[in-house]
Order: sequence, then C-alpha cells, then structure tokens
Amino acid sequence: MSAPAMPDKVAGIIPVKFEKFGLRHYLICLKGVVLRECLRFLHQRERFISSLVRPLIWLFIFAAGFRQVLGVSIIPPYKTYVLYEVYITPGLCGMILLFSGMQSSLSMVYDREMGNMRTLLVSPFPRWFLLVSKMLAGVSVSIAQVYAFLIVAWFWGVKAPPIGYLMVLPALFLSGMMLCALGMLLSSMIKQLENFAGIMNFVIFPGYFASPALYPLWRIQEASPLLHKICLANPFTYAVELIRFAFYGQVNWLSLGVVAGCTVLFLAAAIIAYDPSRGLVTRKQDTGGNG
Amino acid sequence: MAALDVAAVSHSYGSKRALNDVSFSIAPASFTVLLGLNGAGKTTLFSLISHLYDTRRGSIRIFGHDVSRASGEALRRVGIVFQARTLDLDLSVHQNLSYHAALHGIGGREARQRIAALLDIVDMPGRQHDKARSLSGGQMRRIEIARALLHRPSLLLLDEATVGLDIQSRAGILATIRRLVETEGIGVLWATHLIDEVDDGDHVVVLRQGELVAKGKVADVVRTSGGGSIRDAFSRLSRIEATGTAELSP
Repeated sequence: MSAPAMPDKVAGIIPVKFEKFGLRHYLICLKGVVLRECLRFLHQRERFISSLVRPLIWLFIFAAGFRQVLGVSIIPPYKTYVLYEVYITPGLCGMILLFSGMQSSLSMVYDREMGNMRTLLVSPFPRWFLLVSKMLAGVSVSIAQVYAFLIVAWFWGVKAPPIGYLMVLPALFLSGMMLCALGMLLSSMIKQLENFAGIMNFVIFPGYFASPALYPLWRIQEASPLLHKICLANPFTYAVELIRFAFYGQVNWLSLGVVAGCTVLFLAAAIIAYDPSRGLVTRKQDTGGNG
Repeated sequence: MAALDVAAVSHSYGSKRALNDVSFSIAPASFTVLLGLNGAGKTTLFSLISHLYDTRRGSIRIFGHDVSRASGEALRRVGIVFQARTLDLDLSVHQNLSYHAALHGIGGREARQRIAALLDIVDMPGRQHDKARSLSGGQMRRIEIARALLHRPSLLLLDEATVGLDIQSRAGILATIRRLVETEGIGVLWATHLIDEVDDGDHVVVLRQGELVAKGKVADVVRTSGGGSIRDAFSRLSRIEATGTAELSP
C-alpha cells in the first residue's frame, strides 16, 4: 500500500514541529509521576494505615516485651545504654522502607497486569528516566510514611536528637532508593501478581530478620557465626546502620558505600530488565491481548 | 512520508511465531482498519509499534522515525488506545489526563486547556472531576481517546477499542475517530475483528495467524479475494468455517 501525499494543510491540533525536550519537560514528567504516586497513596487510606500500624506494633508490643530480654550494650553510634525501643527505631524505619519498596514493586506488577504500566512505558521520555521517576515517587511516599511513624514514636517517648530528624533524611532517601530499585528489579522477574507471595517469603522476611534491625550484629555473631556472615552480606543491614548513624549526625561510611553501590547495581539491572531490546519483561509477557 | 511504515516485521514468543514478514504503510489523514481474528497478531503488532517490545526483525517507522532507534521521537507522534483499560480507577478524569500530559512533558495551564478542549471533542465536557471508577465502559474509552490525543499525535493507534461496548457506544466512538481523521488530519490504525466497523472508503490490512494476507482499499481487497463484500472477503481470507462466522459480528 503506497502512502498518499501529506495534505498541504493539516487542520486543527497537529503541530508541524515538536519542541525538543528540555529540563523543564523532564521536571514536568517527574512531577507528574511523583504526584500520581502520592495521589494513589492518599486514595488508598488502608495502605497508609497498615504501613503505619506495622512498625508501631513492633514498637509498642514487641519492643516492650523484649526490652528485658534483649539487652543492648554500648555500641556505636550510641554513647550510653539505650532503651530497646530506641535501638529498634532505625530498624523499623528500614522496615517501612523495605515494605514500601516491595509494595511499589507489587504495584508495578499489578499495573503491568492491568495495563496501566503501558501508559508509562510508551512515554517518549527515556525508559531509564521513567523508571528513576517511578522510583523517586515510591521513595517520596516511603519517606512520608517514615516521618509519620517517627512522629508517633516521638509521642511514645522514643526521641532522637532534634538535628537527627533532618540528618536522617538523606539516609532514608538513599536506603529507600536502594530498596525501591530492588523492588523494581524483582517486579521485572515476576510474571503474575500471585507469585508476589514468594517475595514476602524469600526477600522481605529474610532481609529483615537477617539484619541488625532487631538485634545488634555482635549478638547474632555470638549465636551463629554463619548467620552473622549472612547478615553482613545483606544490603538491608547497611541501610539500617546508615539510618541508625544518621539519627546521631554521623556517617557510617561502609554502609554509605554499600547502599550507594547496591542502589546503582539494582537500578542498572532494573533498567536493563525493562529495556525492550534487552529486558526480561517482554520475554516473560504473553501477547497481552486477543489480537 | 508515511505516517506509519511497517517493513518486513517478524516477531516470535519463544518458538511461537506471532508475526511473519508483515509489511504495510499508512498515509497521514487516513483511516486504516487492521482486521484479524483473535490471535492474528494485532496486539503484538501494536506492542511493537508502541515500542513495548523491541522490533528484532524488520523495521517500524513513524513519520520517518525508527521506533527502535529513535523511540522518543517516534512515540511523540503517536497516540495509543490499548485494548485493556488503562485508566487509574482511583483517580479522577482530570488526574488521569494530567498524568498522561506530564508523561509527554506537558504541564500546568497548557495541560488544563488541552484537557478541557479534548473532553469537548470526545463529547464528555465538564467531566474532569468524575472518578474514573464511576464511568461506564464507553465513557472510559472516550477518556482514553482524549488521553491518546493530549500530546497532539499525528498517528492514532486503537487496539480493539470498541470491544465490550454496546452498539450505541461503539458507533459513537467510531464516529468520533472518523471525524478526527477529517478535521484534524490524524492517521488512524484501527485494529478490530468486527467487520461491520469497516467503511467502503477505508484501507484495510488483514492479518491471519501472524501473516499479512491482504492490504489495500476495501474495494481492491474484495475484488482480489473473490468475495462479494468485505465480510465475504474477510471470511475467505481468514478461512472461517460456517460455524465461525459469528466472530465477524459484534
């Protein structure tokens, strides 16, 4: 079929030339993706409540019960004995980021199954930029949840130095990015929503418990040297320590390096996985329609 | 320059061949119907044109821009209505459309103006604040069409856009799209298996099990296939048995 010539005058809404995308357009796109994620979160009140209730149960019930059992000696960054509630608060912040990161991965699988993901992926912006925007949107929501938790914890008597609440922000951001990138990578490997239960069993729970979120690493080492090694190989360990030190205005450089490195690694893998020419996603999808 | 140029495109899912050496082109300001029964390869073709899948064999160009090599430039010129509903049901019509505008770098007042104008075009004026969840199937489709037009594409792809809609909604949506071809000069690729959506003046491309079996003006396809009408021609080309003709009707 040969194509007829273009009409001399194309009426109405068609522009002759497209403006080249500049920084302003990229920012509009980023803002749109973040805003959508925030709006979705606000519309799903149950999600917000459950994200808040989960760490609060650990703080109010678990920590109170185990305060006497799990003694915490003086370890950096603490300069004195601290209550168990104080010790696990950074771990609970990490827990929120971990669950939220996996939740955003879940939402990507859901979006892909429902078709919403296609609207994102057919945007003319580079695929890597769209995925980073999606990650930033997820991290923004996660950080809001962490601060909501910290406010409640503050009223419960768990208080960090005032400057700590500001200093912890970059640590939360970087840790959130790492966990969101991991979630995004996992979402590219999951074909169906039903398979997501495996993520709970194989990623969230082992990742959370094999870390210093609930007990110091020296205690784990005493109990099991093998488990200690597993904890050291767990990126979530370093996210928790990065957050813990940041609350006291300190930088744990090893944790910073590991978290930053893992963020880059997971993000690069996720971008490759979502690249239509190289990725896993298109190979895993079926035709997606009747035609 | 063709609005869409599909050249020798093949695609497989593992060992299963979904498209085999498909070639055709679409003129600007024309309405082309992509006909094929379920499983013919229409959705795969749409996924390749919209760069959801990479074109590994052959090439696809949108107004001269290769979809694989210059996907951004190509995708800026195309609006897509997918077969599956892709509105976010928790958000309002305006929020859904604003999100899409942002995905094309359109924000603020310009986005609001375009949204208002397009809701008029798709006969849904003043419905910005309705929740997507509260809309009927036909209304959702209209919003999706408005969304596909927000960034002022020159080519519109619609994949089974009227499936599951009542006769009145189908006719209304089809009329809206045909009007856009005439008034706005948009090239349209309309994928369907419903033969009564084809007009005598349309171009048709017929797929059967991933193979292109006919292309051209309706009259030419009818003549070369030996059928008395496009319905007969499609039946012959799709090798539909007598019991399968129900597929052709809505």
